[in-house]
Amino acid sequence: MLAYVVRRLLYAIPILIGVNLLTFLLFFVVNTPDDMARMQLGIKRVTPEAIAHWKAERGYDKPLLYNRNAEGAARVTNTIFFEKSVKLFAFEFGRADDGRDIGNEIRTRMGPSLAIAVPTFVLGLFVTVSFALLLAFFRATYLDFWGVVLCVAMMSISSLFYIIGGQYLVSKVWHLVPISGYAGGLDAMRFLLLPVLIGVAAGIGSSTRWYRTIFLEEIGKDYVRTARAKGLSELAVLFRHVLKNALIPILTGVVVVIPLLFMGSLLTESFFGIPGLGSYTIDAINAQDFAVVRAMVFIGSVLYIAGLLLTDLSYTLVDPRVRLQ
Amino acid sequence: MHAWLLAFAALLAGCGEVWNNPYPAQDGGRNILYGAFTERPKHLDPVQSYSSDESEFNSQIYEPPLQYHYLKRPYTLVPLTAETMPRVRSVNAAGRDVPADSPGVAYTLYEIRIRPGILYQPHPAFARGPDGNLLYHNLSQADLKEVYSLGDFPQTGTRELTAEDYIYQIKRLAHPRLHSPLFGLMSEYIAGFKEFAERLKAEDKTLADSGRRGAWLDLSTLPLDGVEQIDKYSYRVRIKGRYPQFAYWLAMNFFAPVPIEADRFFAQPGMAERNLTLDWYPIGTGPYMLTENNPNARMVLERNPNFRGEPYPDAGEADDAAAGLLAAAGRRMPFIDKAVFSREREGIPYWNKFLQGYYDLSGISSDSFDQAVRVSVEGEAGVSPEMAAKGIKLKTSVSASTYYFAFNWLDPVVGGEQSDAAARARARKLRQAISIALDWEEFISIFANGRGIPAQGPIPSGIFGYREGRDGVNPVVYDWAGDAPKRKPIEAAKKLLAEAGYPGGRDAQSGQPLVLYLDTTDRGPGDKPRLDWYRKQFAKLAIQLEIRGTDYNRFQEKVRKGAAQMFAWGWLADYPDPENFLFLFHGPQSRAKAQGENAANYANPEYDRLFEQVKHMENGSARQALIDRMMAILREDAPWSFGYHPKDYSLYHGWVANLKPNLMARNSLKYQRIDAALRERRRAEWNRPVLWPLGLLVVVIVASAAPAVIGWRRRERSKGRT
Repeated sequence: MLAYVVRRLLYAIPILIGVNLLTFLLFFVVNTPDDMARMQLGIKRVTPEAIAHWKAERGYDKPLLYNRNAEGAARVTNTIFFEKSVKLFAFEFGRADDGRDIGNEIRTRMGPSLAIAVPTFVLGLFVTVSFALLLAFFRATYLDFWGVVLCVAMMSISSLFYIIGGQYLVSKVWHLVPISGYAGGLDAMRFLLLPVLIGVAAGIGSSTRWYRTIFLEEIGKDYVRTARAKGLSELAVLFRHVLKNALIPILTGVVVVIPLLFMGSLLTESFFGIPGLGSYTIDAINAQDFAVVRAMVFIGSVLYIAGLLLTDLSYTLVDPRVRLQ
Repeated sequence: MHAWLLAFAALLAGCGEVWNNPYPAQDGGRNILYGAFTERPKHLDPVQSYSSDESEFNSQIYEPPLQYHYLKRPYTLVPLTAETMPRVRSVNAAGRDVPADSPGVAYTLYEIRIRPGILYQPHPAFARGPDGNLLYHNLSQADLKEVYSLGDFPQTGTRELTAEDYIYQIKRLAHPRLHSPLFGLMSEYIAGFKEFAERLKAEDKTLADSGRRGAWLDLSTLPLDGVEQIDKYSYRVRIKGRYPQFAYWLAMNFFAPVPIEADRFFAQPGMAERNLTLDWYPIGTGPYMLTENNPNARMVLERNPNFRGEPYPDAGEADDAAAGLLAAAGRRMPFIDKAVFSREREGIPYWNKFLQGYYDLSGISSDSFDQAVRVSVEGEAGVSPEMAAKGIKLKTSVSASTYYFAFNWLDPVVGGEQSDAAARARARKLRQAISIALDWEEFISIFANGRGIPAQGPIPSGIFGYREGRDGVNPVVYDWAGDAPKRKPIEAAKKLLAEAGYPGGRDAQSGQPLVLYLDTTDRGPGDKPRLDWYRKQFAKLAIQLEIRGTDYNRFQEKVRKGAAQMFAWGWLADYPDPENFLFLFHGPQSRAKAQGENAANYANPEYDRLFEQVKHMENGSARQALIDRMMAILREDAPWSFGYHPKDYSLYHGWVANLKPNLMARNSLKYQRIDAALRERRRAEWNRPVLWPLGLLVVVIVASAAPAVIGWRRRERSKGRT
């Protein structure tokens, strides 16, 4: 298995280089270093000299990908792409265009992002799996029918509607929790309650339908009939046998997103004023801050690759037949 | 479930009698102002900070020598840290005093004397040990190991403000690493400033070449020819020629003092890596100091314990006393202990929190305009009955800004640089025709909720040079209809268009339809109504309008290169002087030719000559007469279709007092007062928790679960299963 893990990690290197190159190209298709300088220096009374100096100071005065004026390897290394990319692989993110240390910002903002993402994830998983099992239990009854109708209705509604509707009802009309904001420590719970509940509610429809399908497929298998023939209660059949055997498809969808919880949620953080990594990324895109955008995309890629690897590893834990070679 | 709900209720009950209060319960009833900001401030270093979002914070902390009188209109400069207004002298090349209007004026000297005894806020940069040495100016990496914010330095100190601090900051404007947006302009006026900047560049390069890139540059040892210290509290700035607008700059944070200790403190190795920079930790002598700097969530200003106190103004406009704005006359400011500004990225939470009483002030977005404002038959804006019932009040003011539709002067069709006079005259008539067709009254009504005044020229009301009534009307576009201007009928525009060589919107020679191009950053679905409006205006003249939507960067680039044929843009004044609007048409400041602020690239030798005269004149009838001539030229040439001057609408709760819109001064926090007890009562009244939904939730859960439980049991008890 170790060889498998090492091999997968080595595969990750070209993928990360590719993602980094793609981010670089996409960013500089719509932005130039001059645009970045103007965004930072403002649009009033900015002189060409100030722009040139800003670019030189940050290394944006070099060619993007290929330096015709350099010699030998410097043709590739003395470029914006090379100089800005190499340090990423050592997880040195450098400074944002406003001078703030990106690593420091990420460490600070990771907490609020996790504070909202982890409970949403855990609670959401529990609720959707339980609900799906319930629907599977009552398959082909009116409870199953109306449950599926409810799920379809819930998945048809935009998550923005859940957020705005939730804020309107719970915070504005009923005055039960603050509309937005964030505080440290235990006080954070008051601010997290609503976004977490909304996050869970927004995910119920699609996840429940997916899990229900998986469970129904398992329920029709021979081992389930055998378990019932043994006289096991339906509860035991569902939780002890069906759930366990349905874990592989569930894990495929679930484990891969666990590392991405660090990245935060763009929409939820924006509407609820949570100072996490999602809103950091949005701010950076709006401010054309390439250093931050590149760092966040890189981290997202690394975490996604880690998630895929973890998913593969998790298969070996839940299914002894799986061998990673 | 019941236990969970009880725990939830207990948690919320811990927040006080209201559950949705976003602030700590212990802050209830305290003398704190609550506001919000939507854009994260980019810079708080006064040498770089230029946007109004940043000034909201910086202007409460930094104190330039002058400020705008809070109540008087037109805007009037008064001393802030200066003892009196600067003593201004004009001298000739030999240094002898000459009259200000003399042609022999070589330099203008501004002598500023600041008041003794002004102290800086407590700051670790000033902390001294028992031996008198600065404690934190030789920090090693080990010393900084546990330091993450300024609060991690246990000792603070202060010192008296001196003239040297002002000089140090002026020198910082030329610092090659700080990229001050003001350097370019000031290098044209402050004697020796360009040479000083070159010297700094050379010093910086020497540091870099010696392996000390980014090390601290001690500006105090480098002389600047045009700025000199007279004594501990006085300094002199030598301006080349005449530049009366310099006094306005002395009221901006670019000219606020920065102590050398702070610059040196933050320049130490390891500080920037911890985000400890002057750009994020401002240090000033003002009434407030920044005690929490988390632009992602919250910025907190607290009363500077070392602030000397400043009396509230005892004079203002005629209506100010009746409005209660002079009730605090002579009392020591500031009145508010603390101001908490929370980051709100979205308008909906911002607006709802204002309505719940959790923000004391708010602007009005288009979405909430109808809910907040009612416009009377006479056109007077007031709050809606819903807002009035809550005691919410409205303040309106015409912004010192203008929104315009520009014709690129370099364009062969709509521009003004054609080789023959006949072609230039035809292009002028085309621009005039379009100016008439663009119905800005309709635009303001549809897209700005009526928040604007149709512009008759670039200068908005409240700025010298603006004329009220018939004298101020643009006769090319408007007729005077008894008591108000009336836009000329479209037939007049069509006639001009025909004279321009495009009868019925077609080229008279080729018969081809006239197609014009509008460059814009409006591209989204939400922008379609505005783009349709533009098409409709041009369609009145049967002109085909092609919209070239692009991102802001490309748009700017096209304007910069003079490649955009027509575009809409705006300008927000730096100071209340007509020069700050008239220079937008000054030929030598063409955007395409000189990267200046003249985005339309307009050029007219007569206008330029008049501008050179006007910019140096004192306000008076002679200056007004020249401005009138310039207005006439602009209206005739029509390089812009003068759009409108936006009106600022702001709402505030009844517990906020001493609020008067001041579009020039941003240091208004010290004037404001809060009735915290009233706010507390209103919050409790408006935010009583509604508990029946919780009960209903329990009932729904039980009712939903019951059939499932019953079904479950029935199945478990049944004999056969499938």
